[in-house]
Amino acid sequence: MNYSYYPGCTLKTKAQGLEACAFKSAQVLGVNLVEQEEWQCCGAVYPLAADEIGTKLASVRSLVAARTKGEKLVTLCAACHQVIKRVNHDMKTKEDMREKVNNYLQLKEDYQGESEVIHYLELLRDEVGFESLAKKVKVSLAGRKVAAYYGCLLLRPREIMDFDDPERPTILEKFLESLGASPVNYPYRTECCGGYLSIEREEVVEKMVNKIIDSALQQGAEEIVTACPLCKYNLENSSLCQKGEIVVSYFTELLAESLQVKEG
Amino acid sequence: MQRVGVFICWCGTNISSTVNIEQVVAALENIPGVVYIKDYQYMCSEIGQNLVKDAIKEQNINRVVVASCSPRMHEATFRKAAAAAGLNPYLVEIANIREHCSWVHKDKEAATQKAISLTRAAVAKAILNEQLIPGEVGVEKRALVIGGGIAGIQTALDIAEAGYQVDLVEKTPSIGGKMAQLDKTFPTLDCSACILTPKMVDLALNSKINLYSYSEVTEVNGFVGNFEVTINQKARSIEMEKCTGCGICLAKCPAKKALSEFEEGLAKRAAIYTPFPQAVPNVPVIDRETCIKFVTGKCGLCAKLCPTGAIDYEQKDQIVNQKYGVIIVATGYDLINLDRFGEYQYLDHPDIITGLEFERLVNAAGPTGGKLVRPSDQKQPKKVVFIQCVGSRDKSERGKAYCSKICCMYTAKHAMLLRDKYPDCEAYVFYIDVRTAGKGFEEFQRRAVENYGVNYIKGMVGKIFPGDNQLQVNGVDALSGELLQLEADLVVLAAATQAKPEADEVARMLSISIDRDRFFTEAHPKLRPVETHCAGIYLAGACQGPKDIPETVAQASAAATKAIGVLSKNKLVNNPCVAKVEQAVCSGCLACIKICPYEAITEQVIEEKTRGKVRLRRVAEVNETLCQGCGGCTVACRPGAIDLKGFSNQQILAEVDAICR
Repeated sequence: MNYSYYPGCTLKTKAQGLEACAFKSAQVLGVNLVEQEEWQCCGAVYPLAADEIGTKLASVRSLVAARTKGEKLVTLCAACHQVIKRVNHDMKTKEDMREKVNNYLQLKEDYQGESEVIHYLELLRDEVGFESLAKKVKVSLAGRKVAAYYGCLLLRPREIMDFDDPERPTILEKFLESLGASPVNYPYRTECCGGYLSIEREEVVEKMVNKIIDSALQQGAEEIVTACPLCKYNLENSSLCQKGEIVVSYFTELLAESLQVKEG
Repeated sequence: MQRVGVFICWCGTNISSTVNIEQVVAALENIPGVVYIKDYQYMCSEIGQNLVKDAIKEQNINRVVVASCSPRMHEATFRKAAAAAGLNPYLVEIANIREHCSWVHKDKEAATQKAISLTRAAVAKAILNEQLIPGEVGVEKRALVIGGGIAGIQTALDIAEAGYQVDLVEKTPSIGGKMAQLDKTFPTLDCSACILTPKMVDLALNSKINLYSYSEVTEVNGFVGNFEVTINQKARSIEMEKCTGCGICLAKCPAKKALSEFEEGLAKRAAIYTPFPQAVPNVPVIDRETCIKFVTGKCGLCAKLCPTGAIDYEQKDQIVNQKYGVIIVATGYDLINLDRFGEYQYLDHPDIITGLEFERLVNAAGPTGGKLVRPSDQKQPKKVVFIQCVGSRDKSERGKAYCSKICCMYTAKHAMLLRDKYPDCEAYVFYIDVRTAGKGFEEFQRRAVENYGVNYIKGMVGKIFPGDNQLQVNGVDALSGELLQLEADLVVLAAATQAKPEADEVARMLSISIDRDRFFTEAHPKLRPVETHCAGIYLAGACQGPKDIPETVAQASAAATKAIGVLSKNKLVNNPCVAKVEQAVCSGCLACIKICPYEAITEQVIEEKTRGKVRLRRVAEVNETLCQGCGGCTVACRPGAIDLKGFSNQQILAEVDAICR
């Protein structure tokens, strides 16, 4: 199966591991991810400017490119996913914005939200299937107690992201189970990591992430996985992580490990 | 020549604010046959009805058209008025210019034109109306009550008290319903079992009442006075006549893994069980899914031990067919499923419980003998947080938009019971509003605050974080704006009430309607609160909407009164608007027999003389007592030989013509 793939800036800089492992794993799973040509920054903090269309154009260009190829658009960065999915939703439902964007872009055919945006995790769940994923696992992660950390961006707003139950998600746990690992249930797995507060209010973020890590440790977790580069950054900068109490990795790293494609 | 009188009602401003009455009057003046037009503010009032009566007498009117509300509302009123003035009531025609017009439109000009069209159609139909004489049908003097909670019990007792036979069908092994699970009842704190179980026993001993427990109604046909009902008595695997209720089987059964439904899953029960010791009937059932004998074929211990040989593994479901004059629906309610309220961690932690589970935990007959302990470690809690409106007053798709009505009161009760029994245990209640309308209710809740020191916090809980030993409850005090973190030992969720999952099925079976929350709909929200739109079927209790015990009992008695009203009659007036076959036109294809849902049409062979010879010919014949006047056959009839009296093909076409004119 062919998919259009939108990486985003972070995956080309800080979060290269997230992408590299995702790509190698996709190959083994028979999924052909093709990086979009000339993709642009998604606009990052889109929700802060609901009435601004300039920040949304980059997402629309990617969505249109996917439409042209007739492929689903796969994202990997939780923030890019949030932005592109919400822009697509707006293009589907907000007439005013749709008109302005189309007037500006002057496409041959107006874009009305026809493309489908899926996150890599959804690709695994809905296209590959966790059961067939489990069959392809070469090195089972049996015995590893992993805490799945969701953050906010994949789950909310519920109606638009349509990803999982934001109060009681299961997709990462089911993913971990398919790799043979033992997911750890802890109440802080959907709490906010502090996000961009880490730029100016580090002490606030420190409190927030330590609660998350504490809670995971209390429930016996030995490692944490996440899908979001910013969550990972904030978790890793916590004093608990710095002390080596726990390691944080991307979910794709565990995936690649279990498929034996991580190295080289 | 027909002389039509038209009576146009303003319904105060209900019609007149959207429909220009003067214009309607003017438009009707030139219609042939209309000899008298009158408009009035409230045509249904005594003065209004007199206008109709006087016009019939003084203006020699022989057809009456009332342009007003839905015929469901006042057709009977105006038919009665016409009859009082000596006119056959079926010569009255209603034009619905309220529900079908003024209430649903805003544009006055368009609504006025529509009202004129509707009234013109009614005039055209009225001119063709014929005198109809209703027949009579007998009444089966037996009532069916569906559901054996407090609502069904009260209804059954009241009907039996009036001297009529009652059959009560209860789905579970025992009657008692939710009330049997409760500990104390508000606002008097009397013990629920102490006031309920005597009623259950009364019911069991009442010779007029026949109880079908562990049974379900599977089919309902017929109509008021003559319902034909099929009841499935599920196989209990016990012969009821032989069982003495000694309880040896319950004690010795080795399969004790099933969760007790009665204990809300807080305790285990045997595969052979009675839901609770005071069950009526006090005869166990075997749960065939968990019984070792049924699962593996081995065991059979209960049969060996039973001193009267009452165990019967071969028992089959039994079908009972019975006729009833009336049916009372008292199927009750459920609490919502909390799967989708992940923030409260109900599914993830044993010390987060529902109000109903709390009832069992403080009940002397409950799994802990009335000692309030945490399910996780059996320790007595020192701080309990109650959260109200979990799913109630929640417009999102996972919640219910309505107020569940009982939670404010039972939460106050829970907190009070807690503080009374364990004065060193703190109680906190998160609420949106405290709603205590009801006799003695406000005083009751204030007692919780003022005498029992229950801490009420206006605000909601955002999330519960289960910790090592305690539950961290994060909420907001909306009055101070302060964010709160309470370390609780036990959290009690006042989960929203909801209609039973099988409500849709029951509604379809009985042809009664349900609202968008799937509660059964009453015929009129104010004036006919216990009747349904289906004659002879009544509602009692929380199946119609959230209700507490006092209100349920009141409604149950009201439903019983309505039912007794029907049962006390020897004959009911039949609807004369039934199908009629013009046998000369009937081709004998009998397509009508296939389409009739009431089996009211039969084949008949008639003798005909043509050119001196006698010939036999097959035609359709309608049984007027069985026909419900649905009109299906009139449409199916190819030669157009069948007409519905009062709604003939000619009349319908005349209406269409009048609208298109």
